[in-house]
Amino acid sequence: MAHFLVNLIDVLFAIASLGLLSLGLAIIYGMMGIINLAQGEFIMLGAYTVVLSANHGLGLWAGIALAPVAVGTLGLLVERCIIRFLYGRLLDTMLATWGLSLGLIAAVSLILGPTTEGVGTPLGHFTLGGYAVAVYDLFVIAAAAACVALTWAIFKFTKFGLIARGTMQNANMVAALGIHPPTVYMATFAFGSALAGLAGAVMAPLTGVVPTLGLAFIAKVFITVTAGGTAIFAGMLGAAALLGAVESAVSFLYTPIYGQVAMLLVALVLLRIAPQGISGLWQRRG
Amino acid sequence: MQTFPGQTFPGPDAARGSGSPSAAGDPVLLETRQLSKQFGGVHAVADIDLHLLRGELRCLIGPNGAGKSTFFKMLSGQIRPSGGAILFDGTEITGLPRHAIARLGIGIKNQVPSVWESLSVYEHFWIAARRRNGARAAARLTDELLSVLELGSVAGRAVGALSHGMRQWVEIGMVIAQGPKLILLDEPTAGMAADEVERTAALLRSINRQATLVVVEHDMQFVEQIADLVTVFHQGRILIEGSMADVLAAAAVREVYLGSARA
Amino acid sequence: MAAARLNRLEPCLWGGALVVVAALPAVLSIYNVVQLTVFLIFCLLAVSLDLAWGLAGLLSFGQAAFFGIGGYAYAIVTANGAMTLPALIAGMAGAALAAGIVGYVAFYGQVSTMFFAVMTLTVTLILLQVMGSTAGPSYHIGAAVLGGYNGMTSIPGLALEVPLLAPIPLGPTGFFWTVGGLLIGTVVAGRMLMVTHFGRVLASIRDNEHRTELLGYDVRWRKLAIFSASGGVAGLAGVLFASWGSFINPEVFSLSQSAQVVIWVLVGGRGSLYGAVIGALLVQAMTQYLGSIGTAYTTLALGGLLVAFVLLLREGLLPALGRTFSRSAAR
Repeated sequence: MAHFLVNLIDVLFAIASLGLLSLGLAIIYGMMGIINLAQGEFIMLGAYTVVLSANHGLGLWAGIALAPVAVGTLGLLVERCIIRFLYGRLLDTMLATWGLSLGLIAAVSLILGPTTEGVGTPLGHFTLGGYAVAVYDLFVIAAAAACVALTWAIFKFTKFGLIARGTMQNANMVAALGIHPPTVYMATFAFGSALAGLAGAVMAPLTGVVPTLGLAFIAKVFITVTAGGTAIFAGMLGAAALLGAVESAVSFLYTPIYGQVAMLLVALVLLRIAPQGISGLWQRRG
Repeated sequence: MQTFPGQTFPGPDAARGSGSPSAAGDPVLLETRQLSKQFGGVHAVADIDLHLLRGELRCLIGPNGAGKSTFFKMLSGQIRPSGGAILFDGTEITGLPRHAIARLGIGIKNQVPSVWESLSVYEHFWIAARRRNGARAAARLTDELLSVLELGSVAGRAVGALSHGMRQWVEIGMVIAQGPKLILLDEPTAGMAADEVERTAALLRSINRQATLVVVEHDMQFVEQIADLVTVFHQGRILIEGSMADVLAAAAVREVYLGSARA
Repeated sequence: MAAARLNRLEPCLWGGALVVVAALPAVLSIYNVVQLTVFLIFCLLAVSLDLAWGLAGLLSFGQAAFFGIGGYAYAIVTANGAMTLPALIAGMAGAALAAGIVGYVAFYGQVSTMFFAVMTLTVTLILLQVMGSTAGPSYHIGAAVLGGYNGMTSIPGLALEVPLLAPIPLGPTGFFWTVGGLLIGTVVAGRMLMVTHFGRVLASIRDNEHRTELLGYDVRWRKLAIFSASGGVAGLAGVLFASWGSFINPEVFSLSQSAQVVIWVLVGGRGSLYGAVIGALLVQAMTQYLGSIGTAYTTLALGGLLVAFVLLLREGLLPALGRTFSRSAAR
């Protein structure tokens, strides 16, 4: 029984962390249809916020709270200075954000140094049967659930959320109603970046923080978001659940690298069946 | 303007028979059975039963949103039908990929001009003709089309630089060069001046000697000039079919759709 | 009037290039010849991307994957005792096959252009991790130990292998001529392909694939064909690279390497094949200069170049220069 619970926690952790890391990009992709190749670097910067915060006496938790603000602000700047000029040019946006990704990695290497930093995992362990489980793993699961729930609530119940959903479905219509879609894009991109920063911050205690941290995550995140499709919640969550479970299972049985390969293969099969991603499966029933 | 030289028009494979009514075999070239398309809850096209004879020049008219373009897109394989079947020249083509349907002999010019921005006018015709013809025949066909469509002066220019009206002509020319048995034209005269419309009418009548045509149009005078039969679409269904005179006289049509004013 | 034709002056350009390649070793030091050789190898890699991207509009973010596969295949095959020429063929074939698989999944699966770009990038990143994890003697293919992040060393250089005679190793000059000749040959072949029926159809696919399909062309196998060819050429560059340095490691699959290939073609201008060569030469010169200061500066500059060109000079240098010249000529 304990063994089963421990495995369950592992799988939930895999799904939750994947979902948390992908949520920001899912929102940006769902809203603007673009894949931001610098999303991994936003995650990395969130992790560095925690590292800096911890190393300068503010503590880990303050860092986690600061990260979305810091990275969200950066996202806002990026949108205004780069993305804004490339609306509708999807491949060009990918190229430009790829350049941004390289620039951010280099900048962080130069300013903060290329060596690995770390913060200890807080909260300790508890035992389940004969196994030790990190309490922080549960925190990650809770944080992921909270972020998803909060984001869902914002989209469903607030005015901003309503405008955002409207813009996603029909930007011209929203414009005809007097709302400036570029403002919505700017806010959404900032929001998606902030979420990435938060995800990086939450994951920071679990991994060595290096300028190339983003690279470890982006393959998974891209696969999840594109397999999920444009429906943020049903699509991305479904993809995170499926692919997170697959990755966790295969990583456990073999190695983490095969886990990623398995993820990619499952995603490709999924896209062969449903070219719009999991979102398409939902929409077809409608 | 020159009428189109009949013998140079790249008709369909001789073995399959030409588009003219005198071809042996089934006179029905295209048949749709209960053809439907739903988008979510909206029935864009519902239960269309249409028969098209070889050599006809049929016009589809009806208000915007009546389903005509959707119908065309299903015929050419751009949209998958929700229900029903399409038979072309005796073969069921429902759900076949676009290029396969085109190879069977259907050519389409969509409503929105769809061309290759950086390629020249010459290349548009040449590539279209070259699929079924050798290099020399394709070149000859291209030269003839350029002269008939009076596009010789812009033959070398990139189509992206041309005006809307000329792009329409280029696309129409491409479809002709393709040499299909059935040509679908979705609003070919959109954006054209009166004299261009005249030329288009003459061109279509000329092409009709070699291919069956279905034309979606809003310009009633144009339709009167060219159509053998007219099919009226309304809310995804066929309201009435008949000669232009019959259709214009029908009370139902008057109620539903008063198109551009009859002089 | 005819469909697209080669400029009448182009064969002169090719001839001139051959002469320059033949003559350079006489005026350059051995060090510079060797240095220029690797520059030309990367020009070949850039050309391989332009074959897919410039000719057919297929933007692959992971051209480095095929480059690396070619190099590794060559290393593995030679380590198992084969001669270098068959190993070269194996490298190209392996890379072309990999490109064929990726292409098949993408083009026959009707994957969107954006997902195609993401997919190619992801494959490269996964390869980076997979090859990087092969440390330790248990990771081997036949006699070839993969070496993890340390890579494979002592890779034999290409040699002239004639039956019945002993292989003649290519010195730095001979290798330079080989690489230069292969680069020129590929560009010539590519240019000639561009004016064939197949080449024009590829151009139409690049501009509006939908329209091409509606004319009855099956675009899928055409895209697959050019993409596989592009992969094969990248693989050839990989073989030459492994042969040049006698060494290969997973760095060839890095994000930086993938980005550079795209930047070379973007900066130089895609579609002409010449732009790819020029872009590769210019950017490599820049990265070499900056690399002496520090790799982070190189990465920063590459990132900046990418953003700047996408925002300001999307078509690249060669087309922009061409327009400037034709405008001033018109005056």
